[in-house]
Amino acid sequence: MNDEARQKNPIEHLLRMDRIPHIWCPGCGIGTVVTSFAEALRKSNIELDKIAVVSGIGCTGRVAGYIKLDSFHTTHGRAIPFATGLKLANPELKVVVFSGDGDIFGIGGNHFIHAARRNMDLTVICVNNFNYAMTGGQVAATTPTDANASTAPYGNFEQPFSIPYLADAAGASYVARWTALHLRRVTKSIQEGMDKNGFSLIEVITPCVTLYARRNRLGDGLNLLKYYYDKSEIKHGADTRDLDISYQGKLIVGKFIDRERPNFIDAMNQHMSTVLGDDYELYGRINND
Amino acid sequence: MKKVKADPKGVLTGAHYLDGDFALAEGALAAGCRFFGGYPITPSTETAERFSERIPRVGGIFIQMEDELGSIASLIGAVWGGKKAMTVTSGPGFSLMMENIGLACMMETPLVIANVQRGGPSTGLPTLTGQQDMMQAKFGSHGDYEIIALSPDSPQECFDLTIEAFNLSETYRVPTFIMTDECVGHMHEKVVIPPADEIELVERKWYTGPKEAYLPYKPDKDLVPFMIKAGDGYRFHTTGLTHDERGYPVINAECQKVNVTNIIEKIRKNADKIIKIEEDQIDGAEVVLISYGITSRVAVRAVRLAREAGIKVGTMRLITVWPFPEKRIKELAPKIKAFIIPEVNYGQMVREVERSAAGKTQVFGVPHCGGWVHNPEDILNVIKEAVK
Repeated sequence: MNDEARQKNPIEHLLRMDRIPHIWCPGCGIGTVVTSFAEALRKSNIELDKIAVVSGIGCTGRVAGYIKLDSFHTTHGRAIPFATGLKLANPELKVVVFSGDGDIFGIGGNHFIHAARRNMDLTVICVNNFNYAMTGGQVAATTPTDANASTAPYGNFEQPFSIPYLADAAGASYVARWTALHLRRVTKSIQEGMDKNGFSLIEVITPCVTLYARRNRLGDGLNLLKYYYDKSEIKHGADTRDLDISYQGKLIVGKFIDRERPNFIDAMNQHMSTVLGDDYELYGRINND
Repeated sequence: MKKVKADPKGVLTGAHYLDGDFALAEGALAAGCRFFGGYPITPSTETAERFSERIPRVGGIFIQMEDELGSIASLIGAVWGGKKAMTVTSGPGFSLMMENIGLACMMETPLVIANVQRGGPSTGLPTLTGQQDMMQAKFGSHGDYEIIALSPDSPQECFDLTIEAFNLSETYRVPTFIMTDECVGHMHEKVVIPPADEIELVERKWYTGPKEAYLPYKPDKDLVPFMIKAGDGYRFHTTGLTHDERGYPVINAECQKVNVTNIIEKIRKNADKIIKIEEDQIDGAEVVLISYGITSRVAVRAVRLAREAGIKVGTMRLITVWPFPEKRIKELAPKIKAFIIPEVNYGQMVREVERSAAGKTQVFGVPHCGGWVHNPEDILNVIKEAVK
C-alpha cells in the first residue's frame, strides 16, 4: 500500500499504528469488531478524549492496546470492576469494556452480572469465539454442547451460557447479539450502546479459525462466515429465553433489550438527595440525555 | 513532590472517642480519599460502614463491590479516573486481592489497602486477632515487586498513618498497606483530628509538560514516573504486561529488566526516606525488643518488668514494616546480645531480623498462633533467656 492510500485509511487515527501488525491470526474476527467499533467512534458525537477502553486478558483483551484512546489492559476477568471504578471516579468518561467470552463470562462472570444489576453506565462489547483462544482452544462457558476443544477432547457435554439471556436476567438496559458478518449492525449497536444511559451488552460471534474451527474441522474463516450467513436469523425483540446456541445450529441475532432505568449514579443521586436533602451534593454529571 | 493542605470538607476536626476501624476511615477522608470500593469482612467491616455513612456527604463514592477481586480492581480504575482510593479487608479478602495488587504495582498506581488482620489460615478466627499476613503483604502477589506497609498500634495512629499511607503511595506511586489487626481495629481510644490546615498532603505527581512528549512510564529523577488521568486527552495506554516507557507491551528479558528494576528500585533506593521506627533506650542496651502493631502495646509491660529486674532492654517499634529497616538492624546487631521479636504469628518478621542481623547476634522469636495477644510473662521469659 502506498503512503497516499495509507493516509486515506479512515480509522487510522483511532489505532496505535506504531503497534501494527497486530497479533491476531488470519481469519480471526476480532479485527472486524475493532473496525466496527472504530466506525461507531467515527459516527459518534462523543468527544474521543472522553472515551476510555478497558480490556481484560485473552485475544480480545489485546484490543485496548491497539485503540488510540485512553486504554487499559487489565487482569483476567477484572475489566468490568476496573471500568466501574474508572467510570465512578470520572463520570464524564464514556467507558467501553472490550473483551472476550472467557474473560467476561468465565472468570469474570460475577462482575458482569453485578454491573448489569447496578445498571452501571458501561458499554460492554463481548467477542464470543466459543473458546479460550489465547491459551490454545480450551473449552469455555460459551462452547456449544458437543463441540470439541483442547480440554474437551471427547466433546463438550456442558451447557453453555446464553449471553443475552444472562444479561437480560441480570438487568442490562441494552442487549444485542450479532456475528462478525453483520458489520454495519455491530457498528449501529455499539453506537446505541454508547448512547444508552446504563449498562449495555453487545455480543459478537466471531470465527476462531486457528483453534475452534480447525479442531472441529469447520474450515477457514470464509466457511464460518458462510455458516453465519446460512444459519443466522435477525429477530429483534426476541424472547431471550430462546437464544441458545447449539453446535453449528441456528444463530438468532438482533437487538433484544432496549429499556430505560436509572443507572448507578442517577439512582444514587436521586436516592441520596431525597434522604439527605441539602447535606448531599449531586455527584458527577447527571446523565439524562 | 507538591504538598497541599487537606480539604476541610473531609476533616472531622476535634477530639473523638473512636475505634481503630473508624479512625482508618477518618484518616482516609482527611487525606482526600474520595473513592471506597469494598466488601464486608470481619474485623474490618466497621471501616466500610463508616465510609458508607461519611463519604456521600463529602462528595465521594462508596460502592460495595461483589467481592474483593472487584474491590481492588475498582480502586485501580478509580485512581486512573483521578481519585484517591482506599479499601479495607482482612486475611481472606487480602488473599483475593493479591493478583490485582500486582497489577497496581505494574501500572504504578497509588492506592491504600488496610488489612485488619485476624487469625488464619483460611477462615481461621474471624473475630480474633492475628499478625499473620505480614509476609503476604510483601510477597503475596506473584513476581518481584516492592510495596510499602505501615503498622499502627493505636486508633490515633490508625488515623495518622492512613494519611501517611496516602502520602507515601502518592509519592512513590505504589500500593501502600496499613497492616493493623483486630485488637487495634476494635480498640476505642481518644483520637485527635487536627484542623485541615495542619494536615499536609502529597499531591499526585501530575504531569504538566507538553502532551505529545508524555511517556507514562519514563522514570523521573526519583525513579517515579509522572501520572495523568483518563479523559485529559493523552490517549495513553497502560497494561499489566511488561512494558516500555510508552506503556506498550514488550515481551523480552531486556524490557523485563528495565521494568521490574524500576518498580523495585524506586522503593529500595528511597527506603531511608520511607522508613519510620521508634526507638527507646537503645544506647547501652543488652537486648533490643522489636515489635509492631498491637504487640508493641503488650510488650511495654514485659519490657518494664525486665528493666525492673535489672536487664538493659532497648525497644524498637516498627511503624514502617516494609521496606524493612535492615540497615539499622545490621548496625545494632554487633553491639547487643540479642534481638527479641514477639509477634502474633508463628514467626514472620523475625526472619527479616535474622536475615539483617546475619549471624552477628542472637535472634529470638516469641511466636503466638493468634486469637489473643501475648502474655507479657512469655515475652519476659525470652528476654531473661536471651541475657543468660
